Amino acid sequence: MAEASLGQIFLATVLANNFVLAMFLGLCPFVGVSGKLNTAAPMGAATTFVMLVASLCAYGLNYLVTTFELEFLRLISYIVVIASAVQLVEMVLKKYSPALFRALGIYLPLITTNCAILGVALFQTAREYSFLQALVFAIAAGVGFTLALVLMAGLRERLNLATVPNVVQGAALSLMLAGLLSLVFMGFAGLGSGA
Amino acid sequence: MAIPGQQELTQLENFMEGIWKQNPVFVMLLGLCPALAVTVSAVNALAMGAATTFVLLGSTLLVSLMRNFVPKEVRIATYIVIIATFVTIVDYLIAAISLELYEALGAFIQLIVVNCMILGRAEAHASRNAPIRALTNALGMGLGFTIGLFALGSVREILGSGTLFGVSLFGPDFQPWVVMVLPPGGFFVLGAWLLVFNWWRNRTPAATGTLKPAEGHSHG
Repeated sequence: MAEASLGQIFLATVLANNFVLAMFLGLCPFVGVSGKLNTAAPMGAATTFVMLVASLCAYGLNYLVTTFELEFLRLISYIVVIASAVQLVEMVLKKYSPALFRALGIYLPLITTNCAILGVALFQTAREYSFLQALVFAIAAGVGFTLALVLMAGLRERLNLATVPNVVQGAALSLMLAGLLSLVFMGFAGLGSGA
Repeated sequence: MAIPGQQELTQLENFMEGIWKQNPVFVMLLGLCPALAVTVSAVNALAMGAATTFVLLGSTLLVSLMRNFVPKEVRIATYIVIIATFVTIVDYLIAAISLELYEALGAFIQLIVVNCMILGRAEAHASRNAPIRALTNALGMGLGFTIGLFALGSVREILGSGTLFGVSLFGPDFQPWVVMVLPPGGFFVLGAWLLVFNWWRNRTPAATGTLKPAEGHSHG
């Protein structure tokens, strides 16, 4: 695994192993914030940024806990770092873009409990990525997450205009839609294989 | 979630809340990531449910005991550290009990930390109730979550591999519906379950008073 090239990691993570549609990570914002295109994209960007920070920190932390043989603290230290990173993003957004801050609402602090972020940190540890590989992996995970979110938002904006039976309205329809999207992404299986 | 009249619930209602009215998987749509990712078989689903219930019970107890000492500003951070502690315990426990299971569940054991259901319960219930009450509610929620996972896992295993708990159901001629154990199947099966519940609600309009509509779904 460790010898996979950077391009392979990128392609595989964005498409074939898309975090949302193939690995089921980050479903809460995927279902919650994908209603409108103009909140989906910034949400994706914010998540990507946090992923990048988390990945960098996780690399350093992993080095520390392995050196001092404190592996049982790994998970706890990761989550604390991620929570702080989210706090940082929140403060920056609040200062520079209050409108966006309000639009993202409760989902911004919830990035902390976005499994995609912790997922990046855990997977890069499990796959023993090098520093550069981890960096590419984090960016690719963010891009993949944003891609899924934006695709879903576009589809749901269209769906709002359609008339559907009462029974399928709401979450049921979104999940079926996500299933179809996921089916589409399965077509990428094998791309950048090895990851 | 924090209904003002919550104090008047009896212990039984308090317990049943998570199993039926506020089922984390089907009504609240919380903790979807593990719910969809590991439910390729009934065994995985049950193991994941049990692990989550353990973490939920442990963290609920601690959060409830500490509810008067934790300053409001740092409560979320405190909860997360408590939850992460129990997840670490369960992670090592499962690795010790069954390596096979440990590998099947993979990173999703550690990802219990970020299961929004657990943090949600800590914030909305455990931090406001005495230990016994909070534990009853947590047990109900954990069971409800396990039932939800089992409902997904069993259907996916039956359709996708033609087996249940590894026992073949339809004989050797069965053509498995492979897509059901692949990622899209997770979305489809959960969507189908939600359809069933929607249909149930619409079919019995008089019963809507006892069964809450799925308004919680936007909580993610």
